[in-house]
Amino acid sequence: MLLILNEEQEMLQDAARGFLAEKAPVAAFRKIRDSKPADGFCRELWLEMAQMGWAGIIVEEEHGGSGFGYVGAGVLAEQMGRNLTASPFFSTSVLGATAIQQFGTEKQKEENLAAISSGESLFALAVDEGPRHNPGRITFSAEPSGNGFTLSGAKTFVADGHVADRLIIAARTSGEEGDTHGITLFLVDADAPEIVRERTPMVDSRNAANIVVDGLEVTGDAILGELDGGYGALEGILSAGRAVLSAEMSGSAQQVFGVTTDYLKEREQFGQKIGSFQGLQHRAAHLATEIEMMKSAVLKSLKDLDADFDNAGMTCSLAKAKTGQVAQLATKEAIQMHGGIGVTDEYDVGLYFKRVHVAQQMFGDAGFHSDRWARNSGF
Amino acid sequence: MSDTEKFRTEVRAWLDKNCPEEMRDGDITAENQCWGGRLWEFQSEAQKIWFERALSKGYTVPIWPKEYGGAGLSAEEAKILDEERQAINARKPLNNFGISMLGPALLAYGTDEQKAQHLTGIARGEIRWCQGYSEPGAGSDLAALKTKCEDKGDHWLINGQKIWTSNADISDWIFCLVRTDFDAPKHQGITFILFDMATAGISVKPIVLISGHSPFCETFLDNVKVPKSYGDNNASVVGEINRGWDVAKNLLVHERGMLGTMSPLRGTTGPENLGKFAAEKIGLDATGRLDDPALRQNIVQAELDNWAYNLTVERMTDEANAGNGLGAKSSMLKYAASELTKRGTELRMEIEGTTAAIIGEDGIEYGSLANNWLYNRAYSILGGTTEVQFNIISKRVLGLPSQ
Ligand SMILES: Cc1cc2nc3c(=O)[nH]c(=O)nc-3n(C[C@H](O)[C@H](O)[C@H](O)COP(=O)(O)OP(=O)(O)OC[C@H]3O[C@@H](n4cnc5c(N)ncnc54)[C@H](O)[C@@H]3O)c2cc1C
Ligand SMILES: Cc1cc2nc3c(=O)[nH]c(=O)nc-3n(C[C@H](O)[C@H](O)[C@H](O)COP(=O)(O)OP(=O)(O)OC[C@H]3O[C@@H](n4cnc5c(N)ncnc54)[C@H](O)[C@@H]3O)c2cc1C
Repeated sequence: MLLILNEEQEMLQDAARGFLAEKAPVAAFRKIRDSKPADGFCRELWLEMAQMGWAGIIVEEEHGGSGFGYVGAGVLAEQMGRNLTASPFFSTSVLGATAIQQFGTEKQKEENLAAISSGESLFALAVDEGPRHNPGRITFSAEPSGNGFTLSGAKTFVADGHVADRLIIAARTSGEEGDTHGITLFLVDADAPEIVRERTPMVDSRNAANIVVDGLEVTGDAILGELDGGYGALEGILSAGRAVLSAEMSGSAQQVFGVTTDYLKEREQFGQKIGSFQGLQHRAAHLATEIEMMKSAVLKSLKDLDADFDNAGMTCSLAKAKTGQVAQLATKEAIQMHGGIGVTDEYDVGLYFKRVHVAQQMFGDAGFHSDRWARNSGF
Repeated sequence: MSDTEKFRTEVRAWLDKNCPEEMRDGDITAENQCWGGRLWEFQSEAQKIWFERALSKGYTVPIWPKEYGGAGLSAEEAKILDEERQAINARKPLNNFGISMLGPALLAYGTDEQKAQHLTGIARGEIRWCQGYSEPGAGSDLAALKTKCEDKGDHWLINGQKIWTSNADISDWIFCLVRTDFDAPKHQGITFILFDMATAGISVKPIVLISGHSPFCETFLDNVKVPKSYGDNNASVVGEINRGWDVAKNLLVHERGMLGTMSPLRGTTGPENLGKFAAEKIGLDATGRLDDPALRQNIVQAELDNWAYNLTVERMTDEANAGNGLGAKSSMLKYAASELTKRGTELRMEIEGTTAAIIGEDGIEYGSLANNWLYNRAYSILGGTTEVQFNIISKRVLGLPSQ
């Protein structure tokens, strides 16, 4: 396995670079932030992306997708991270598609994958129940009733939760809070009257929602994967999410670093370009090296998902940890090295700083993943 | 089966058959490597056998052309060979400055005759080289060097002093930077020259390091007469007179690439095994975590960074093979590798606590943890300091302006 992109993936990257710079640059995101549309993104643009095969990027061709795998998804996410492009790509094309493609029945695949690929159907994954990511600690209940289940409970920070057509909910069918056994994934329609969705505007101006479910009756057909054994599937979906989020953060970090080095080359103080000051040069050189480390970690996690999905969990975790650290450093340094202009709303670097903060909280920050790695390694 | 798969199968079989069990110890440190040279004595029969078998296959320098003793492998094949070698934890059969530094520079700048003589000698482990770059007044500012080299018709006359010449006392030949023009701008009067350490007028004096040991020397050059040529078209000078800086820089890129991809991180002192090691030494708390939260966090961070670093070596090597070489990015690897190497032994010292701080009656034992920990301070200095790597990254990779 070579740790570089192949020709096809490079072409995808070029196409994404060109398309996003034209149709969904930071200015477009800023407009969404300021005009506050109900969806939180532009539907027409999403359909256009779907037509290019992006919505079904990891979906196999037999189900209407473009079959590019996770490296392909990462290539797109990186460019979206560079442009802060708002779209349901992450919630639907990464989390939703992974859940169904990897763990769904044939019937579930038929009913959902084509609809994801065409951009018709939006998905959201509801996992966390508190302010910090903790997929083991699930109390959301699914009680057996009749030939199905009754779902009740609350979820927080569900990306695109308020616009999704379908929800994947991690619920407890047995066991105690903290047990990994006894968790089951349910695929439900989001507009059932028993579901109340409240949008929670985030500091990065992205879509997230609190979801409260009160006595929703579902049949056994709603189960995605195994009854009581959903934790493994959840880990798989989260791994994919972590790797692709890392790719997005990597894109943001690289973009912000590029903007910063450009600024260092043109801004003058004390009669010189500020980029000639060693105090800034050495920090930039350190950051540039860290960015290279981050890029390798991200690519490795995506390649591992494509090569051996079930065993990619730890590399995805490590990638998320490393990327969280480096992307935060990159955005902080970007603000600092810009001086006063860096903390103005008008200037873009602050938008990246906010987005990276939220993205690195999502599905576990560096501390969460470091701890996970250490435990997995026996210490 | 594709050609590369076929090659992998062949290599695996060859290694399996030919690499002695004793050479598969994975603990690749300076002490147990095979260095070669006129003064070299094999440390064991297994080391000798391993060297000789590799030599007969061209595997001491796998990517060099066959005519110079290599195996003429493509970059991809060499990667496979390396992967398979590491998979069985085998040592490199031969390891020295000739392979990692002078060889690549000669391949780029040498005449056919220079290549034939020197590359073959390196590949066969016959000649051990040392590096005569630094001087007391020219360390980071290497181009400030003052060792004087005069044209005396049939020979060069060299006078001056070198410092930090690693292993000068046990090396056969030196690749040396000298000044042939004191009037030209400092980068334009430097010449890159090769000579035998047995030449009259050369004396070396060891420098003891904080580790108590000394693989390093001051090298004094006192009226050293270097022949202009070692045979037809086999000059002592590589490249053009006064244009040695180009050769010197090319070599430094390889040196930093080598230092940046070196294996100290993979051995037992490297961060990769620290967590397990610490768990054994310190124990776990009731929840299964290392019973020292701060140390645990530092170890995880080192392991995480080490993982990302190893992947970066792999990615940059793959990129370099697909494109235009590593270039100034070798400074990134050099910087990262030296910091990680230091952290690895620092953490190991912490884990072992006071035990590791005890030394024998005869001082710090060569090859001991304390010795490595002290020696490792030099990684961010030798081959160009971290600050100098930062300067290079700022200017050559990022294109930031000069003052
Ligand atoms: C919130 C806020 C409130 C403020 N309030 C006031 C106020 O009330 N009155 C007022 O007069 N001003 C005020 N300022 C302006 C403030 O003093 C300047 O922003 C500050 O001095 C930095 O200047 P700059 O923004 O032009 O950045 P620059 O000087 O352009 O600096 C850009 C970057 O280059 C670095 N840099 C510059 N020179 C060097 C050097 N020689 N060596 C190394 N690095 C260097 C800086 O540290 C920075 O990282 C305020 C600024 C802010 C953000
Ligand atoms: C163990 C060891 C082995 C070595 N082996 C060899 C060898 O085999 N052959 C050989 O030729 N040399 C060898 N060297 C020499 C090595 O290359 C030099 O030590 C190194 O380049 C630093 O030079 P210096 O020691 O003169 O430090 P100085 O250049 O005096 O540096 C002192 C400090 O100032 C900083 N500094 C200097 N210039 C700048 C700048 N422009 N910007 C910011 N900071 C700066 C440095 O980073 C350092 O922190 C070896 C050194 C060691 C320690």
